[in-house]
Amino acid sequence: MELTLVHSSPAAGGCAASGCGGSADRLAELPATIRDRVKDHPCFSEEAHHHYARMHVAVAPACNIQCHYCNRKYDCANESRPGVVSEVLTPAQAVKKTLAVAAAIPQMSVLGIAGPGDPLANPERTLATFRELSEKAPDIKLCVSTNGLALPDLVDELCAHNIDHVTITINCVDPAIGARIYPWIFWNHRRIKGIEAARILIAQQQKGLEMLVARGVLVKVNSVLIPGVNDAHLAEVSRVVRAKGAFLHNVMPLIAEPEHGTFFGLMGQRGPTHAELQAVQDACAGDMTMMRHCRQCRADAVGMLGEDRGDEFTLERIEHLEIDYAAAMQRRAEVRAAIEATRAQSRQQVAGQEEVLIPLAGLRRQPRGLAAAPAATPAAARAPAATAQGGGTGGHRPLLLAVASSGGGLVNQHFGHAREFLIYEATTIASAAPGATPEAAPTVDVRFIGARRVDRYCGGGDTCGDAETALAGTLRALAGCAAVLCSKIGYEPWGELEAAGIQPNGEHALEPIEDAVAAVYRELLQAATARDQPALSALSA
Amino acid sequence: MALQIIATCVNCWACEPLCPTGAIQAARPHFRIDPRACSECEGQFPVPQCASICPIEGAILDQAGRALNPPGSLTGIPPERLAAARAEIQAR
Repeated sequence: MELTLVHSSPAAGGCAASGCGGSADRLAELPATIRDRVKDHPCFSEEAHHHYARMHVAVAPACNIQCHYCNRKYDCANESRPGVVSEVLTPAQAVKKTLAVAAAIPQMSVLGIAGPGDPLANPERTLATFRELSEKAPDIKLCVSTNGLALPDLVDELCAHNIDHVTITINCVDPAIGARIYPWIFWNHRRIKGIEAARILIAQQQKGLEMLVARGVLVKVNSVLIPGVNDAHLAEVSRVVRAKGAFLHNVMPLIAEPEHGTFFGLMGQRGPTHAELQAVQDACAGDMTMMRHCRQCRADAVGMLGEDRGDEFTLERIEHLEIDYAAAMQRRAEVRAAIEATRAQSRQQVAGQEEVLIPLAGLRRQPRGLAAAPAATPAAARAPAATAQGGGTGGHRPLLLAVASSGGGLVNQHFGHAREFLIYEATTIASAAPGATPEAAPTVDVRFIGARRVDRYCGGGDTCGDAETALAGTLRALAGCAAVLCSKIGYEPWGELEAAGIQPNGEHALEPIEDAVAAVYRELLQAATARDQPALSALSA
Repeated sequence: MALQIIATCVNCWACEPLCPTGAIQAARPHFRIDPRACSECEGQFPVPQCASICPIEGAILDQAGRALNPPGSLTGIPPERLAAARAEIQAR
């Protein structure tokens, strides 16, 4: 049997859905000028992260604040949290490593400095790295992430080094909430604690954001969702930073375990459930473009999002490498051209498909083929369909479906091999085609929600005290999902999944993810209808 | 008079650029303070700079061996809780 691949990707690895967020890029809502600047940035564009790679260089060990989710004893090879690295590099080592990686992985488009401390608390090391890279690899985009405390003082320097993207972690705009997240900051030669510290930090973050936007730098805002601390507050954060010109908001779950040695981990502060995270992301999405494919990388991550090839590029290994910069840059240009050609072709094929899976981002509740109506938010657009369907045939409510995929936008991974699952929300759309009734052939919308990891950010196993069985971890990652799609699955997990109310499905191996998810969703709806009908007749009898 | 950095230092570099006398050296296995050069910031700053940014409790001591940042003072984690958690994790 020959499969027609609607979406094909030259680069395997990472999250490989054929277009997380549906057939079109969610960034479609952004102005064209911004879209053009982020189209090859894997951290900013959901669609780009299937094609382009990034790396972080850990040149910035110092920090000027303490966060309750961070432990400054950061060296652990088993963990993959932000702020954790295996070796801190000098600027010269970082430049060498970047050039080595960019030569070996020609899909590499972005170099970021993200820690393990705060890059702007290490301005000389951070700026020296940027300065040399902008000369030796001018085709690589440079970006930096910061807590914002030192940002206003360094905005002009960053602009001078051609930094195009800055990420600011903003967890609150209210000092009373900030005092529960930041125990101290170092400011004007003193350690300042409590609400005063939070007030200064917040003021600096907001000032830095305004200054960057005024200079045309793209600003993404990261927020860590901490249940009971800032969960109800993040929609306000989203509104404020959007009003000031941030173009993307990334709400990430708190990672807190006692073995991490953080305040939150040791004091029993829990991270959010998948459902809580999604609810806050949805609440924020009304205000601005949300980012859902973030993998919360380490400060020395290398490769496609969701993979880390850092071990291939240790200092020891790159020391004796001879790199032909010009040839490497030429190769990157060729690979980029090929990627862009594939993406353009893929967009065309999608446009010409018979059955279109309409992405909610672009959904305007219009029959296909008509021009899009004025913008409605995805959440608002989805609500009427769910309500309309809900009353009729036993509830066509949105369902979450999980997918095991190792690349290429296909359902192609064995259940037991999956280290992360891609989570999609499927729902029916009313009147997608003129005259069609939902019962006859419901048009299914498939929306990417996020990636859930199985390994809890720690691969240390029993030595780190993580005695949970692999299957228990997987079941937790799949909480709330109605079904899981994979290429194959063993007998034992099949039974456990069914017992947990999650339908395993291996019927769609090697099919494009969105098509497979839509098909399984339809099957689930039909099964639910079949179950409901005898009950309904019994009631009426 | 001089401060000293002990083995719990994580070599994070935060203190090094702040030292007004250049007494802090990026030594291995951990950073150290040259006792001849250290002034404890007297006359330069109201508080010692290295101890004001150091994120690790107990890593910087005064001449008498007292921690400038005693346990619990920076992270807010009560020392008893930290000890209990360590014991729990080791017992697994």
